[in-house]
Amino acid sequence: MEYQAKELFAKHGVTTTLGTVVTTPEEARSAAEEYGFCVVKAQVKAGGRGKAGGVKLAKTPDEAFEHASNILGMQIKGLTVNRVLVTPATPPEEEYYFSFLLDRSNRQYLCIASVEGGVEIEEVAKTNPDAVKQIAIDPGAGVDEAKAREIATEAKFPEAVFEQAVTMIQALYTVFTEEDATLVEVNPLARLEGDKLEALDGKVSLDDNASEVRHHEHEAFEISEETDPLEAKAKAKGLNYVKLDGEVGIIGNGAGLVMSTLDVVAYAGEAHGGVKPANFLDIGGGANAEVMANGLDVILGDDQVKSVFVNVFGGITACDEVANGIKGALEILGDQATKPLVVRLDGNNVDKGRAILDELNHPLVTQVATMDGAADKAAELANG
Amino acid sequence: MSIYLNKDSKIIVQGITGGMGSKHTTLMLDAGSDIVGGVNARKAGTTVELGGQELPVYGTVKEAIAETGADVSVVFVPPAFTKDACIEAIDAGIGLLVVITEGVPVQDTAEVWSYLQSDANTGGTRMIGPNCPGIITPGESLAGITPHTIAGTGPIGLVSKSGTLTYQMMYELKDFGFSTAIGIGGDPIVGTTHIDALAAFEADPATEAIVMIGEIGGDAEERAAAYIKDHVTKPVVGYVAGFTAPEGKTMGHAGAIVSGSSGTAAAKKEALEAVGVKVGKTPSETAALMREILQSR
Repeated sequence: MEYQAKELFAKHGVTTTLGTVVTTPEEARSAAEEYGFCVVKAQVKAGGRGKAGGVKLAKTPDEAFEHASNILGMQIKGLTVNRVLVTPATPPEEEYYFSFLLDRSNRQYLCIASVEGGVEIEEVAKTNPDAVKQIAIDPGAGVDEAKAREIATEAKFPEAVFEQAVTMIQALYTVFTEEDATLVEVNPLARLEGDKLEALDGKVSLDDNASEVRHHEHEAFEISEETDPLEAKAKAKGLNYVKLDGEVGIIGNGAGLVMSTLDVVAYAGEAHGGVKPANFLDIGGGANAEVMANGLDVILGDDQVKSVFVNVFGGITACDEVANGIKGALEILGDQATKPLVVRLDGNNVDKGRAILDELNHPLVTQVATMDGAADKAAELANG
Repeated sequence: MSIYLNKDSKIIVQGITGGMGSKHTTLMLDAGSDIVGGVNARKAGTTVELGGQELPVYGTVKEAIAETGADVSVVFVPPAFTKDACIEAIDAGIGLLVVITEGVPVQDTAEVWSYLQSDANTGGTRMIGPNCPGIITPGESLAGITPHTIAGTGPIGLVSKSGTLTYQMMYELKDFGFSTAIGIGGDPIVGTTHIDALAAFEADPATEAIVMIGEIGGDAEERAAAYIKDHVTKPVVGYVAGFTAPEGKTMGHAGAIVSGSSGTAAAKKEALEAVGVKVGKTPSETAALMREILQSR
């Protein structure tokens, strides 16, 4: 969110105004009393907040109270606004756009800068693409002062703010590398009264892998009330789970196979009342009873789920281990296991695995030999 | 014949003494790989017994290469140390660097990729991965974690972002077999792309047809489609996973994310079909398309 991005900016010496983050209109009023003429801005992880009516100018504390009352609780792109940021209003004389990002296609970093238009950058990119400069950054070489000058020159920053731009570009690159970001965006980067350059609004996307490896402090940026409760539960159990809107719960091994399973279930669902996959859940290589039970527990906690499809290809994992995992999970869950389970096992030790489930003869478990067939069965059961 | 890896490949394992490293070294030996040793600075001079073989542990990759003539390294070290392990192997001039480790910070990979492009890469190292199952030339050698028991040697070349979809596809087409199957990895930046593998399969006399498996995120599949149009004469069938993935959510693989309207499965499928690649709706349908091609030879 904006206020979090600004915290990272300030940490690394990027000129910005932090303002005050509040959750009630009363607090917005007190903040406004301090600032005078101010802006009240919705804090959600989405663009287009201004267009949605989530950014308002307030001349008086009472106006700030009123705007905060209207903005708090508002929905912006499906997200509820629970916080507003109150900052002193500093009308910009000019607005620029600046970002560093990971350029997947070219396996390097990219700087995008434009001195023509800040917030309307997408429009500028369409109507006047030459005004939007793209400068490749070699991750091995980085951005030193000379490179920052090259960028500022290329982007045509005006003389009056040029030196400030050179300093800010280096500071923003520090944010990008030190915080392991995949995107650092300042939009608008504003030229204020007195030729002062300041990051008025910003966005930072962080690399999850890096947060795991060396930035545990980034966890503090996760806002618990914005996380889906089932996703939070899965994360606490170390499961790789994404909640979707559907009726067929999915458990599989390997990210690619699970994504594929979602698709196959969606196709099969077309013939069964349009049922859809309810989630993504990759249990990885170790499909033991505990992991399987945890996975089933999360999925069965989703009230929308009508059936569950367990799709495992035994590569390194053997199917008999997976079958024992399912058996163990059903024992652990006992009466809590209430939805039909369609199981497709294939690959390593498949005969042993299928025999274990045949012998178990559990009323909830149906085995189907192929992925497409099993998806069809799971969709049929979810439509029942 | 095959691509990148064959029976003469001499393999070392960086991180051979760790849990993953030792488990998969044993499986690689089972697959017939010529594993000549491992690297762990803290255990230099010792040996490890894996798969009934006594394997020497060296302090550095450089030393391991000097002693054994190794030309392939498989990396199992934890993500925090993967960048340094890669740089060390590149400095030592390893030919093929296969990085299995999942969870490597993307800026680390970006730096390694930059290093591979620089003058420092005097040995012409090729990197596969990270976050990949590695590469297998059935019947000859395995450098990675792909189960060698799924399929034998044959005319199909396979390149995939996903490990389990590689296994699934090999299983479905096991009666034909594979020249080489390569998992390029699911991270936003990888060392070897679909295009690299397509070029190598096109040049490989043992490969008669190619299966290409992609997934949401980035534009590697679209680029591969453009490459196929101009450079690939062998038949290619494709599969793309993630049609039902919502925008803005990472689906397991760090690189598997639809951002705005870019990186969608539909766009990738369309790009491939536009250049004449048949794309299956499901893995089984994709295998059936390949079957038709091979049966009509």
